[in-house]
Amino acid sequence: MRSSLYYKAKKISENIIIHLFMLTVSVTCLFPLLWMISSSLKTQETIFKDMSIIPKVLHFENYCQAWMQGGFDRYFLNSLFYTVSVVIGIIIVSSMAAYAFSRLKFPGKNIIFFVFIAAMMIPIQGSFVALYVLLNKLHLRNTPFGYILCMINVGLSTSIFLLKTFFDRMPKELEDAARIDGCSKFGIWWHVCLPLAKPVLAVVVVLNALNVWNEFILALLIFDSRPLMPLQVALITFQGEFVTRYPLLMAGLTISIIPIILLYILMQKYIVKGVTQGAVVG
Amino acid sequence: MKLKATLENYIFVLPATIIFAVFYIIPFISVFQLSFFDWDGILPTKIFVGLNNFKEVITDKVWWQAVWQSGYITLIALTFQNAIAFLLAWACDREIRMKNFYRLIFFIPPVLSEVVVGLVWQWILNGNYGILNYWLAQFGMANLAHNWLSDPNTALTTVAIVHCWKGFGWGFLLFLAGLQTIPRELYEAARVDGANAWNSFKNVTIPLMMPVVVLVAILTILGTMQVFVLIYTMTGGGPGYHTEVPVLRILASMRGSSRFGYACAQGITFGVILCMISFVQYMVNRKSRA
Repeated sequence: MRSSLYYKAKKISENIIIHLFMLTVSVTCLFPLLWMISSSLKTQETIFKDMSIIPKVLHFENYCQAWMQGGFDRYFLNSLFYTVSVVIGIIIVSSMAAYAFSRLKFPGKNIIFFVFIAAMMIPIQGSFVALYVLLNKLHLRNTPFGYILCMINVGLSTSIFLLKTFFDRMPKELEDAARIDGCSKFGIWWHVCLPLAKPVLAVVVVLNALNVWNEFILALLIFDSRPLMPLQVALITFQGEFVTRYPLLMAGLTISIIPIILLYILMQKYIVKGVTQGAVVG
Repeated sequence: MKLKATLENYIFVLPATIIFAVFYIIPFISVFQLSFFDWDGILPTKIFVGLNNFKEVITDKVWWQAVWQSGYITLIALTFQNAIAFLLAWACDREIRMKNFYRLIFFIPPVLSEVVVGLVWQWILNGNYGILNYWLAQFGMANLAHNWLSDPNTALTTVAIVHCWKGFGWGFLLFLAGLQTIPRELYEAARVDGANAWNSFKNVTIPLMMPVVVLVAILTILGTMQVFVLIYTMTGGGPGYHTEVPVLRILASMRGSSRFGYACAQGITFGVILCMISFVQYMVNRKSRA
């Protein structure tokens, strides 16, 4: 009797320690975001003095100001446009290639696939220098099209790998049935394979969407003109110009993470899957 | 007919291959080409200088300081960040409440952009108006408060810790996934054999987790050596050169001093360093498995 009580007490105290540890780390994770939101609701006068986490008066007008005068409406839409375009591009291009690598026969197949996979492993530093030169030559620099193509390329290898792994494990019977019904290869890819691959496509979508939304260096090099800039570059530019306008900057930062947080909460399952699978690839 | 079918098959890989060739292979080759030239990126004339760019990289003190500093950040990430990640995953790998909540929270920093993380932390760490210094003063440690990011003694470590803050959730996720593949029966068996918690941790968890630990270590090293957006936003490499890292130097050679050839030579040197690290890791990994 006594020993069972002892074990119970031990178990409870163990749990308390674990939860204390986990909660401390959770607070450390969340506090910077909380402080960002809190700062975004203060005014230019109070932000340097008022250290309260929940300000007495909430100045939501900072958001309107950032959105309208700070130009964040434009940058937000730019980011959204680039993200959606790149993700659609990657889905089409990489699923076609993955389907071919998995199912179709053609000379040089293995070599091409190997090069795609090798690209994931070799870190080429400074490739952005050459990419910049190339885009200049092609007159694609400072154009949305150039940026979208570059970003499709960035996500291609991993997406092809994830999709090919899935297609390899998919039973062939469904495709055979479709073929007997007179479906062309493109028809099979579009009507049979893509719908079946939905779970993997979700992983591909989430990983690439996060990646494009958060991308910085290529956007910095490619875009000179402000109306084309995505959020990440615009935030840096804004900070450079209005060094001390912290409430507006914090409002801009908060606006920029809303889609990411929403996507993360809604698609958490797929992110976890993508991260664990993606890591095994590399 | 057969030819037509083969051509049709090629159409499937054509878009991917073209994009890949233009935006990956061509830049890859031209990095090597450009590294032999002195070129400002604008003039039509490039001056061939042979290996001079590489010779200069080798004697470039700031460059090697940057390499060393990214190594320092990597060391902190390898030990501090991964230790915390492992500890959290180990604590999470049992029947406890709010497991999913913790997992949700820990992975928030990794999904944020480095620009956002950098700017928010810069504000928290601000020497005059930052909340960290305010709190230190409140709790009677005002002598500890100072300008974290502009003091050469603390700037690099501060940046490294923010990097760990952003990255640990990612290691946590991989460790947790690894821990969950360990069959529960093994722990049961160890307990029946009279092993205490520490024994079963040492003799069951650690050996079975070794592959995951190695994987996370490799990814941490390669990822952290290439860190720069966070630093670009927080300090821009300053004060002086105290938080410079290789990729920032490459960017500075290209944008600051318009020396495209030199930037490419730096990029290749750094690529070689990374490949050497991967190779050493690979050999060590193979040896430990054999």
